[in-house]
Amino acid sequence: MAKITYIDHDGTERVVEAKNGETVMEAAVKNSIPGIDADCGGACACATCHVYVDQSFMDKVGEQQEMEKSMLDFAENVQENSRLSCQITISDELDGMRVTTPESQH
Amino acid sequence: MDLSDAKKIVILGGGQAGAQAIQSLRMGGYEGELTLIGDEPSLPYQRPPLSKAYMKGEFAEERLFFKPAAWYEDNKVELILSTPASRIDRKNQIVEMAHGAHVEYDALVIATGSRPRSLPLDGADLENVHDLRGLSDVERIQPQMVEGRNMVIIGAGYIGLEAAAVARQMGLSATVLEMAPRVLARVTSPVMSEFYEAEHRRQGVDIRTNARLARLEGKDGKVTAAILEDGTSLPADLVLVGIGILPNEELANEAGIACNNGILVDRDARTSDPRIFAAGDCASRPLVHYGRSSRLESVHNAIEQGKLAAAAILGKPRPPEDCPWFWSDQYDLKLQIAGLSQGYDQIVVRGSPEDRKFAAFYLKNGTLIAVDAVNSAPEFLASKKLIMMGAKVEPDTLSDTTVSMKDIAAAAAA
Repeated sequence: MAKITYIDHDGTERVVEAKNGETVMEAAVKNSIPGIDADCGGACACATCHVYVDQSFMDKVGEQQEMEKSMLDFAENVQENSRLSCQITISDELDGMRVTTPESQH
Repeated sequence: MDLSDAKKIVILGGGQAGAQAIQSLRMGGYEGELTLIGDEPSLPYQRPPLSKAYMKGEFAEERLFFKPAAWYEDNKVELILSTPASRIDRKNQIVEMAHGAHVEYDALVIATGSRPRSLPLDGADLENVHDLRGLSDVERIQPQMVEGRNMVIIGAGYIGLEAAAVARQMGLSATVLEMAPRVLARVTSPVMSEFYEAEHRRQGVDIRTNARLARLEGKDGKVTAAILEDGTSLPADLVLVGIGILPNEELANEAGIACNNGILVDRDARTSDPRIFAAGDCASRPLVHYGRSSRLESVHNAIEQGKLAAAAILGKPRPPEDCPWFWSDQYDLKLQIAGLSQGYDQIVVRGSPEDRKFAAFYLKNGTLIAVDAVNSAPEFLASKKLIMMGAKVEPDTLSDTTVSMKDIAAAAAA
């Protein structure tokens, strides 16, 4: 289990109890967090679950695969802490992580 | 018709389109009664993993569901599951169900999806002959996917080839029978067909194109072999039939709603009855980037039309209409498709199939209309933008891997 805080682009915070094994995207969608579309359901096929990861957790969220890297390259407003949330799997280590959603996924 | 004062909305069908319509209605501020009538027993779930990771046992069942049960309670969505609708009574604005009860509607969204085309041959009703459409199908198939068994797959479309990939990864022997001269003949070009055929052969799949299946043979009611017209007998412990799907348009048709290979809808997903919408596989919609109407069998289409229907009911601005897109996972190959390639007059290949990373672009009169991108996300994402712009791109530029797709998209937008 990990408490994840989702912050939308205007600063509203929502805290979710995410289960180990599910992804940061799935925890968001199941809890109706706005700002994450995830059209492909987590297949790394659509690049509509872009989030900014809290800097202090960047070393805990795992490495980016090449597919994710090249998908993100085409997202809007990419930063160095940009990730596709369907590619980050929840573990106890991520407890307390804060992620921010971009203004738009398109 | 203005439906923004609707107080009773009914969604028929709990697939991707129906689930999206429900979410978009509630997220869009709709506070009235909302009822989902679905013929499957489970909560709405995503289908793509059924022929991929879920079939392989690498994806927990609970991850298939769009929302947990509590979400429907919290959002006051009445779920009537395991219940097929039997009739739409447009005059009285009610949906009748098989067990006799009915639900009233001010607005109705038909998201009844599609069903697998059945095999019109002897032996199709033998035990261990399966379709692959719903969770219950996988529940029947999966226990039979045991190392060493013979799986015969009828039809080399995406479902058939994805299942063949899973079968090989699970150690079954897999034979794919395809009537056409090449795999994926209905959906893609010879370049891609050749690539996928070679890949599956390399992975040990016995692919037989131009195959004329005569019948399935069985013993004690269970399938044992697929018999071709030339007499060839292929041993089969289980058979998967993947020969296309048919739209579930009968309820609409019987109610007098205009249908023609799909329930006809306008850009707002509205049918010929202004209170009734149709979304997903069952609907035939205008394709704004192509100047024609068609059914689309895809997740993107289901999501988009679910959103379009919800927005139209709530009287909100029409959400963006994206260019159609699709994906397929086989082995370590991610195929991403943007656009519709039908009618292309030129193919440009970028990269090399030998590298398992390449794209085939489809042009018509110099305009990019579609791309098939294998392990090539930039080609896919850039093409989506280019197709929506109606961009003309020089074939030499597209095939030049020293020019990035980002630069190609930027140049076209300038």
